[in-house]
This record gives sequence, C-alpha cells and structure tokens, in this order.
Amino acid sequence: MAAMTMVQAINSALDICLTRDPDVVIFGEDVGYFGGVFRCTEGLQRKHGRTRTFDTPIAEGGILAVAVGMGAYGLRPVVEIQFADYIYPATDQLISEAARLRHRSGGEFSAPITVRTPCGGGIYGGQTHSQSPEAIFTHVCGIKTVMPSNPYDAKGLLISAIEDDDPVIFFEPKRLYNGPFDGHHNRPVTSWTNHPLGEVPAEYYRVELGKASTARQGSTVTVLAYGTMVHVALAAVEESGVDAEILDLRTLVPLDLDAIVESVRKTGRCVIVHEATLTGGFGAELAALVQEHCFYSLYAPILRVAGWDTPYPHALEWSYFPGPARVADALRQVMEAS
Amino acid sequence: MKNEPLPQLHIPEPLHRPGDRPDFGYLNIPEPADTACPDPLVRPSEIRDLAFSLIRVLDADGIATGAWNPKLLPELLRRALAAILLTRAYDDRMYRGQRQGKTSFYMKCTGEEAIAVGQAFALSRDDMLFPTYRQQGLLIARDWSLVDMMCQVYSNSRDRLKGRQMPVFYSSKEAGFFSISGNLGTQFSQAVGWAMAAAYKHDNRIAAAWIGEGATAEPDFHHALTFASIFKAPVILNVVNNQWAISSFSGIAGAEQTTFAARALGFGIPALRVDGNDLLAVYAVTRWAADRARSNGGPTLIELFSYRADAHSSSDDPSKYRPKGEADIWPLGDPMLRLKQHLIRLGEWSEARHSVAEAEATERVRAADREAQSYGTLSDGPGHSPGTMFEDVFKEMPLHLRRQRQQAGY
Ligand SMILES: Cc1ncc(C[n+]2csc(CCOP(=O)(O)OP(=O)(O)O)c2C)c(N)n1
Repeated sequence: MAAMTMVQAINSALDICLTRDPDVVIFGEDVGYFGGVFRCTEGLQRKHGRTRTFDTPIAEGGILAVAVGMGAYGLRPVVEIQFADYIYPATDQLISEAARLRHRSGGEFSAPITVRTPCGGGIYGGQTHSQSPEAIFTHVCGIKTVMPSNPYDAKGLLISAIEDDDPVIFFEPKRLYNGPFDGHHNRPVTSWTNHPLGEVPAEYYRVELGKASTARQGSTVTVLAYGTMVHVALAAVEESGVDAEILDLRTLVPLDLDAIVESVRKTGRCVIVHEATLTGGFGAELAALVQEHCFYSLYAPILRVAGWDTPYPHALEWSYFPGPARVADALRQVMEAS
Repeated sequence: MKNEPLPQLHIPEPLHRPGDRPDFGYLNIPEPADTACPDPLVRPSEIRDLAFSLIRVLDADGIATGAWNPKLLPELLRRALAAILLTRAYDDRMYRGQRQGKTSFYMKCTGEEAIAVGQAFALSRDDMLFPTYRQQGLLIARDWSLVDMMCQVYSNSRDRLKGRQMPVFYSSKEAGFFSISGNLGTQFSQAVGWAMAAAYKHDNRIAAAWIGEGATAEPDFHHALTFASIFKAPVILNVVNNQWAISSFSGIAGAEQTTFAARALGFGIPALRVDGNDLLAVYAVTRWAADRARSNGGPTLIELFSYRADAHSSSDDPSKYRPKGEADIWPLGDPMLRLKQHLIRLGEWSEARHSVAEAEATERVRAADREAQSYGTLSDGPGHSPGTMFEDVFKEMPLHLRRQRQQAGY
C-alpha cells in the first residue's frame, strides 16, 4: 500500500491496464507527451510508447468517433475529454453511436470505450470548467456512469470500467484530485496522505461497478451522495450532529438500488445531495426510486440539496456550491419534519 | 474601394425546378484520355487537379480507354454486371413490398449501383465497410444472402437485428459491413478509428466509408478528414455526390463554390473525382486508393459523381422539387447500360444473354423474397418477441432492465 492522490491512483489504473492488455489505447487532448492537464496520464507515453498514449486534435466528436471505430475493430480505447464541460460536441457519437451500437447491431458490434472526464467546480473554473453533466448520460440507455469519491475507489472502478465491455463515462471530481474536499473552501487544503482511502495498493484490483459503499453508518437519515458531495455530507453530519448514514453511490448506472432501499427502510428519512443543477438532475431519479420503494418507511419528505439551476458562476462559486451548511440544514429539516 | 453593391444574402437555387425543361449542358465532362493516372504513392500536392476533373474510363461508345483503364477481365465485368442487375431487381422488389404494406420504409440506389458494386469488387473481401443506407450493392457484390437482407427489411422472425432498426439499416460483422446509423455522417469518422486500429495492429486490412454529399456538411466529415490526415489512417473516404439530399440540391451542401473532392486538399489528403456511373473508373480509383492505403500511404478522398435517379426513399416525392426526366438526360448515363454496352463492344455479351441475366436476377430475388416472407413480414408477423428489446442494451442485463422486462410481461 502507498499513499496516492486521486491523480496518482488514476494514473496507476491506466498504467496497469496498458500493461495487461495490448488492446488498451489512451488518447485525448494533451494526454500524450505532456501527460494531461491534470497529469493523470503522466509518464504513460514514455513507458508504453507513442501509439498507446497519444495526443489528438481538439475535436471531441472526432475523439469519440474514432474510439467507436476502434472498439468495433476490437480495441479497448480509453479517452480523456479534458473537461466534462467539453463533452457536448461528442454527445452524438456517445449517445447515438457508442451507447446504441450493441443493441442496433443485434449484439455483433460493441463499443467498449471508457470516457474519463474531470467534472465539478470549486477551482474558479466558471461555467465552462465546473459542470457535472452526469444526468445527461444517466438518461441514456446503454452507457454506464461512474463517479468515484476517493483514490482507492477511483483506481478500482477505473480498472473495472476499462475492462467492461460496454461504454462507461467515468467522471472525476477535479476538486478531489489532490485531496478530500468537504466544501470548507476557506480552511487549509487537506491531502490524501492521511486519509484511509488514500491508501492504494500498487497492484491490480477491481471495485465492481454497480455497488454503493457506506461512507458512514448511521440510524436516522440516509444521505445519498457521490463524488465530492460524499465529503461534504460527512462534514455536514459532523456539524449538525444528526446521526446520518451516508451512501457513496459510486456508480449511477447501473445503480445499487438494493443498498439504497435497505438503508432508507432502516432510517426512514432520505436526503439526496449532488453538485449538479437541481432540475432534472440524478437526484430526481433517486427521489422517485426511494418514493417507489420506501414510501411506507418514510417519516419525512425526501429532500434534495443540489447546485442552483444557474450556470456555475465564477466569482460566486461558493454561493453556488451546495456546501456543508446547506446539507446540514436539510438534515435538520428532515429530522424536524417528523 | 466603393464597397458596392451592398452584400446580399445568397440562397443557392438549382437551375431547374418542376415544370422546367431539365438541361445539364453546364456540366463540364472530360474525356477518359484527359486525366493522367499517377503512382498511388504520389504526393497529394502533385495531383490537385484531379480534385476538379472527372476520372473516366468508358467513353461515349462504351470503349475503355485512357490512363485509368483497369483492364478488367470479361469474367469480372460480367460478375459486376450481374451484381448490378441483382441490386436493381432487389430494390424493385423491396420497394414494391413497401408499397404493398409489407414493411414501413425502403430506400433504393437506382442509378448509383456501379459505385457500391464497383468498389466492393476493388476492395478485399475482409476490408471493413462503413456504409450509408444507399450502398446495398456492397452486400450484394459480397454475395451476402438476399434472404438475410430481406428479413431485416421485413423486421421478421429471422431479422438478425431483431426488429430494432428501420428497414435497410443492415449490419453484418461477417460481411464486414458496419451497422448503419440513422444519424448521418457518424460512420465516416468511425471508419477512420477502425483504420487507425488496423494500423496500430499492423493489419493490412483497410477501411472504406461512404457519405452523401449532403451529409458532408456534418462535423463528422470534418473529423474524419482531420483524424485520417493526422494519423495517416488506411481508409478510403467516399463522397457519393448524387446531386440531391432529399429535396436540397448539391448547392445547398456547397457545390456551387467548389467540388466535394476539393475538401480534401486543405487536409493534404489526395482527392480523386470520378464518374460514378462508370464501373471501370470507379473500380480503378478505388483500387488506387486501396493500394495507397495498404502501402502505408494513408487516406484518399474519392468523390463519386452520380445522380439519384429515383426518390430519396419510399416517403419521398421528387416531382415536388425537381423536373421530371432529369435522370433520363443525365449526361453520365445509366451505369448498368454503360457496362452492358461495354461488354457487348468487347464481344463478351449480347442482348440475348442480357435478357437471360435480367430474368435470372428477377427470379433469384423472387425466390429469396418468397423464403424471407415465410419467416414473416412487418405487417403480418411473426417478428421477435418484445422481450428481446431489453437484450443487448448492455452485454449483461442489469437489474433495472430485468425488472422492466418483467413489468412488460416477458
Ligand atoms: C444527423 C441527421 N440529420 C438529418 C437527417 C435526415 N436525413 C436523412 S437522409 C437526408 C439527406 C441526406 O442526403 P445525402 O447525404 O446527400 O445522401 P443521399 O440521401 O443523397 O444518398 C436527411 C437530411 C438524418 N438522418 N441525420
């Protein structure tokens, strides 16, 4: 075991996959020689050769298109979209092509692609470097959607994603790359070094897709969160004194519904937290599922805490970010409602 | 400078509309002898003129001449003619089936048969094809089962795509024929990815892709050229310029200003513009591009100049937007008649043999259709069980889909 940042954990996963499988190729904007703007592919080209980790032109639609063609050939492409905010030019190739290919060809062709992309705010990225567009893709059938919250999961989930025979979008909360972040932006930055989930085995291991983990056990409220919001929720629980159970969903599609249902039936309350905008967000799907499956166990309405339905503002990002105070408020509210 | 007149918004408009007398006198059509045939590994900058010319082999009398003459054996020419006849008979039969309500939709390739057939013959059987909906001739020239194709069109119990795709959106890995998408252009850049993968593996198979001139306006066309050029992908990028994109003439896709072949020049990709109704010329340019790609020379763009002689699809009525009879006076003629004339000129064919071959094609299609319909039609069934809809969304069916399938009653 070694202490790794999320960047190092991702790099380690990519390195291992390149080593184990000659059909894995990695490409994207600035990922080759330079190693990516967030350094996730650093050293891979030097170690594995230019044809295995290389730079592409700035054309997200083209990157996804050639990945689909390579997938049809039999390769296992891992592409990086430099920011999730720039995934939109690739949506046709993702939604109409990669996600549908297996179905429309009667199972003969498939696109075993992994799309890695940094998401989320908190780095003064304004509206074009801060978005969390996961709900656009959870709405698309045929694509799996993953968002880790720590280095250990990031490595294990990424290996599973790359080895998966279906297309996977792998969202990397960029605010977590170099340390856990609980939303207290005015406090000193913490690193992954002393965090238990910053302990990452150097060797190969998998974290299965479609399985949630319990970030904190509790008895009175279930908090459903993923990515950065897992850490925000942990802080909110600490500060509110509410004994909440926090589920880190890790994979949104396929979703670990059983874990959610089990926890909410136990606690009888549910708060859903995500950084993405509220309306039509993945929280709406979660709320609907909890309502369908746990209605008779609920003591209080299900609450959602999310980014406001506005573009992510640059200077005002901390007013936008659903930080621990807002989550704590929601926790108190569901406790008071019953 | 006086800056006069003031700018005026230009909306391209075809020369002739319904009611007008069609006339293609404005087209400049060179003779076969007018174009030189360079070495396939030539530098693209040395053959820029070929992007603006028109490579031809068959002259007006059906004689094969000029530098591009591929000198094909009569036996191959007869097989190509048979594939064209079969494609035409197949189209006629399936179109009629649609009119009779046996399926929802159909698309013919009338007038463009020499493109798919000629190119299929020029490529290797294991080269990978990324077609549009108008290259059924590729499957037919590769001797793919007509019954299998028809079952797809009828969405019946033997449809390998299980009733999921609209008619004519074929897919067959075994035939090296990529799943046809309804989203125009997407296959063009995917073919480049396939070719990059082949090059990564030092595989000598190449990819070929097709796109309509209308769809060249899509970003995927630009992506294909960009990636093919940068990564020297072994791919043949074909633009089928059949003059019409549903009701929009080629000017709406940019043909008033330059040729579609010329699009390649800015990417440093060699461009060939060819008479798409001349099977020998189509074969020759495809072979040239395939040789180039297989010898690590990278991509070639080919513009196949042709005319969509029939409606866009079974849902279209071209008399609403173009003059009747344009196809009859199209100066590059009918690809089937031109090949037939050539074979007769060679003394390798006759009217009598042609009639027999036509009757044979019709009969083969009729027999295949009888068999295909015995497996069902869209109107009368049987098709696949609705439960199959939940399969192949993912490799393994996740819990939520299993639950939904159960909810749907399967
Ligand atoms: C992305 C997309 N936009 C629009 C359409 C609708 N559409 C289907 S065929 C067609 C015309 C295509 O013309 P062209 O590319 O010239 O090919 P042709 O039909 O002439 O072979 C259009 C607009 C579509 N299928 N996909």
